[in-house]
Amino acid sequence: MATAAAHRTARADDMAEADAARYEAVFDAAVAADERIEPRDWMPDAYRASLIRQMAQHAHSEIIGMQPEANWITRAPSLRRKAILMAKVQDEAGHGLYLYSAAETLGASREDLLDKLHTGRQKYSSIFNYPTLTWADVGAIGWLVDGAAITNQVPLCRCSYGPYARAMVRVCKEESFHQRQGYELLLALSQGTAEQHAMAQDAVDRWWWPSLMMFGPPDDESAHSAQSLAWKIKRHSNDDLRRRFVDICVPQAESLNLTLPDPHLRWNEERGHYDFGPIDWTEFWEVLKGNGPCNEQRLSQRRQAHDEGAWVREAAAAYAAKHNGATGAADGHADVAVGPSAEQAGMSGEA
Amino acid sequence: MTTEDWPLWEVFVRSRRGLSHTHAGSLHAPDAEMALRNARDLYTRRGEGVSIWVVPSAAITASSPDEKDPFFEPAADKPYRHPTFYEIPEGVKHL
Amino acid sequence: MTVTVRTGAVLALGDDALVLSHRLGEWAGHAPVLEEEVALANIALDLLGQARVLLSLAGDEDELAYLREERAFRNLQLVEQPNGDFAHTIARQLYFSTYQRLLYAQLAAGDSEFTGLAAKAVKEVAYHQDHAEQWTLRLGDGTDLSHERMRRACEALWRFTGEMFQPVEGVDVDWAGMKATWLETVGDVLRRATLEVPEGPQSGAWTAGAGRQGLHTESFGRMLAEMQHLHRSHPGASW
Repeated sequence: MATAAAHRTARADDMAEADAARYEAVFDAAVAADERIEPRDWMPDAYRASLIRQMAQHAHSEIIGMQPEANWITRAPSLRRKAILMAKVQDEAGHGLYLYSAAETLGASREDLLDKLHTGRQKYSSIFNYPTLTWADVGAIGWLVDGAAITNQVPLCRCSYGPYARAMVRVCKEESFHQRQGYELLLALSQGTAEQHAMAQDAVDRWWWPSLMMFGPPDDESAHSAQSLAWKIKRHSNDDLRRRFVDICVPQAESLNLTLPDPHLRWNEERGHYDFGPIDWTEFWEVLKGNGPCNEQRLSQRRQAHDEGAWVREAAAAYAAKHNGATGAADGHADVAVGPSAEQAGMSGEA
Repeated sequence: MTTEDWPLWEVFVRSRRGLSHTHAGSLHAPDAEMALRNARDLYTRRGEGVSIWVVPSAAITASSPDEKDPFFEPAADKPYRHPTFYEIPEGVKHL
Repeated sequence: MTVTVRTGAVLALGDDALVLSHRLGEWAGHAPVLEEEVALANIALDLLGQARVLLSLAGDEDELAYLREERAFRNLQLVEQPNGDFAHTIARQLYFSTYQRLLYAQLAAGDSEFTGLAAKAVKEVAYHQDHAEQWTLRLGDGTDLSHERMRRACEALWRFTGEMFQPVEGVDVDWAGMKATWLETVGDVLRRATLEVPEGPQSGAWTAGAGRQGLHTESFGRMLAEMQHLHRSHPGASW
């Protein structure tokens, strides 16, 4: 909380060196004891910078991640699926907002973070640079991409920074329906007509490897991993999480009656994990660099929405300036009833 | 702040009657009326609340980390304020 | 399908909700500010929920949504109008949600098969109207640019508003009274937004009727083509 004030947080360079050392010791002890760091606590500058970058990238991924799925809202093949998909894409906007809000507790401004996204100075998850070519892709995204995201995110509910951990608790709670709806969607296709089954298999073939890349480069090539693990803003290594994900997916794919496109997949009794084939890291780095199938399209749609919305945001700000004081709490409207559309909650039960 | 930047608001949600409003997060809105509406959409999509407060983030005064010790330590030496301070013989219920 | 009085009434209300929900769904990923992504989706989801209940009263919701031809849809031409800029979407919301709120309030107070649905929906629609009103005020009384865009939007959509008050057989409400209240309510919002009530006619000069009689505008055909394409490509499949 008290986000604006976070700017004023005491910084190391303002302090006597002895003080800095003492603060750092308190910080390190708190992290070691699995306590949460809160916005106004002293923290190393590098910790603050890493967190802002990580939360912003996460928020950007939610926002850009709306596009490949929104691509199918207008073509959803049943009204039930359409409702589920709209609710899911809406959740992603919501998750982006939670995460920007968490980043703002450290003194970053959303406007600035969005600007960094729009100008390519901050990244989003590369997975969203792949296109959604058929309806089954909506299912594959739910099952594999959201599945991988959840594998990544659940441990972050225990990350050392309080606002981030709390945002992740909320996100994970809401995401559980995302993965289930994807699985259910694919199951319906797999059990449907031959064309539907083929559509599902094709989607899984295209999304499997990019999903594995979502966990990031192998541990020995991961630039920020060691420090992030020490700070507990990352709780498991990339390779650990990837293994965990593969172990979860293999039996799920079997029950979907779909195959995973990897001839090397087999259970390794000794390791207690599935072995899997080599990942094409050249593809990963190329997509990350901007050469994926949809990089340009995703960013330009985002920029366009933002630019075309400027006059609307300006209008609301101008209206607020004119009518300053005649709003909200001052009029005694502080308590709003929040009943009406609450039944959308049922969406999670349905999926 | 540029003309199109909206200020930040802190959102507090009463999850059900009988409980206090609890901090849920923050959001941007041009004014209090829109902040309330945005908060309703964002933080109570799944029926998480019966009432919402929004407060301009800039209006919140917080204790600073330097003051942390005097602010929060006195309570720590009054353990008798906490129920676990008291030993109750086994078998006594509803306490 | 043969359309009885009852089915005709159900389809009129259901198609309005279905089509407007679809149009609002087109905003996903394009809204002027992230908070508005969430708000527009909320409204779209409410409307889709209403549409599903209503269409199910007339038959299978998916058959009705995906397998009818354009001329069989009974929705108002207003709700099928393309989103345009945000001002057009808000003007369409203001006109329609004010109408729908008045309509559902009467249905909720009456005694028909719509009573239960209307009692629940009227609360949702009150929120939609509030959303439209708040934005009409901000766009109308915001900047010169937003004022001009909102004025143009209100005028452009005005000629689709008369159709809302053509009595629908089987929907037992006071249509004339509703029109008067609607004019008063919308007029009040527009005035507070420093806008004027448009002067032109509230309906076109043609006598063949409009959306309620299955006569739509050109963009509606394209909307349906997109909406129905996948479902129709796999006859009999379940999803």
